[in-house]
Amino acid sequence: MDVKRVAITGTGAVSPYGKGVDILWDALVRGESGIRRHAELDDFPELGPRVAGLVRNVDMTEVPRKHRRSMSPMSVYALLAAREALGEAAFPEEALCGGRTGLIMGSTMGSVRTIEEFFRTYLAQGSLDQMKSMLFFRVMGHSVAANVAQALGVTGRVIGPTAACSTSCQAIGLAYEAVASGRQDAVLCGGADEYHPLTTGTFDLMMAASSGYNDAPDRTPRPFDRNRDGIVCSEGAGVLLLESFASAKARGAAILAEVAGFSSLSDPSSIANPDPYPLYQCMRDALDSAGIEAKSVSYVNAHATGTILGDAAESKAVTMLFGGDTPVSSLKGHMGHTMAASGALESVACVRMLRHGLLLPTRNLDDPDPECAGVALLRRNEARPVSVIVKNNFALGGINCSLVFRGTDD
Amino acid sequence: MTDAEIIAMADEALAAEFELDPGQMTPEARFREDLDLDSLDAVDMVIVLEKTFGIKIGRDPAIMNIRTVDDMHGYIIAKKREIEKA
Repeated sequence: MDVKRVAITGTGAVSPYGKGVDILWDALVRGESGIRRHAELDDFPELGPRVAGLVRNVDMTEVPRKHRRSMSPMSVYALLAAREALGEAAFPEEALCGGRTGLIMGSTMGSVRTIEEFFRTYLAQGSLDQMKSMLFFRVMGHSVAANVAQALGVTGRVIGPTAACSTSCQAIGLAYEAVASGRQDAVLCGGADEYHPLTTGTFDLMMAASSGYNDAPDRTPRPFDRNRDGIVCSEGAGVLLLESFASAKARGAAILAEVAGFSSLSDPSSIANPDPYPLYQCMRDALDSAGIEAKSVSYVNAHATGTILGDAAESKAVTMLFGGDTPVSSLKGHMGHTMAASGALESVACVRMLRHGLLLPTRNLDDPDPECAGVALLRRNEARPVSVIVKNNFALGGINCSLVFRGTDD
Repeated sequence: MTDAEIIAMADEALAAEFELDPGQMTPEARFREDLDLDSLDAVDMVIVLEKTFGIKIGRDPAIMNIRTVDDMHGYIIAKKREIEKA
């Protein structure tokens, strides 16, 4: 099979910093925290955490009601990010409806807030009488993919993968494979999630949510740090436009970076706890698919969420593959864990790192944990040539994913 | 409740639900062609009107004949009068 090279020609973001890739990148470069105290969590005294990274400064009415009526916030975030990616790529509108452009976007699940509202009425009345027509479209598993495709008029393949924290990493990988195999010329890909206390509750139940910094929200999460105490749940959306090099060049589009490899492997040893060896295998498999050696990698963008077990396991896996010299950081110290959006938002930042020759450190990493100290943990912004990035996301359910990004020569 | 009060309440509820400018809710405005509402919106319109006026509409075949804002006003007024008589 003729394998095509796959370009990234557009990026889009809605993050705890607001709408837009520039806003995200500037905040990351400044080392700003996207985490705030979240008053809604006071309603749940049984939970420890009181902090979250919620999207700010986004006007939902930017999306006309005709499209927004079937959307929960996650789909609005994804559509705004998708529009930004298409705009950056100057992608022609008519190409969206030719059947050669697809869309692969996921979320952890449908809108929990919508499900909650429905069941409040349903259980109180014991009747489906008050069920609104848009309920299903907001809670269905492929809500984000379908809603964004409807709003943009995408007629190619539309797929809504769901793999918790690996969702958008997997979506980018599937999009890469669809373009590399020639089945699509271009694919909008990424993921989105909207905050609900259930997410915080889920991690708190597993003793994996941060609750020790409720009075100093900007000091958590703390990936790789000795005093890390878990995940901080956030929300947002990240989208990339992937195109075959041939397609991008034919229309004179600027190529921002290349997706050079991908792997998605399962770790059936535990549904919740990461094991270093499968993580190592996943990164190695992604590099093999790209035909790139570990020694050629400039930087590893870690999944590292700030949990005790996860960060240590990923550090061991990175050391196994790269030794102790390849720079590593996690962006969750800045913006928390945006769940299904995290792979795409972090990938958007990786594209900027490649383009700017600037590696970003892990925020809140003050005192590296000896369990994580085998790797070269970035402690400050570092300007240096960046040619290849490995980007990880590892999800509950044992779904491990790694992407390989390569810079352009220009 | 007077007819004018019913009309004002119905218009306000539907304008809020469907994000319409109150100025668009003229009696002759057609839901589909002028207000851009479709059959799925019609399902929600029934729920909103039931809630606003404490009435049961359900799948009353008469709602199939509602094309304009004026038709809707007439339907709700008749429904309210029917309840008052009962």
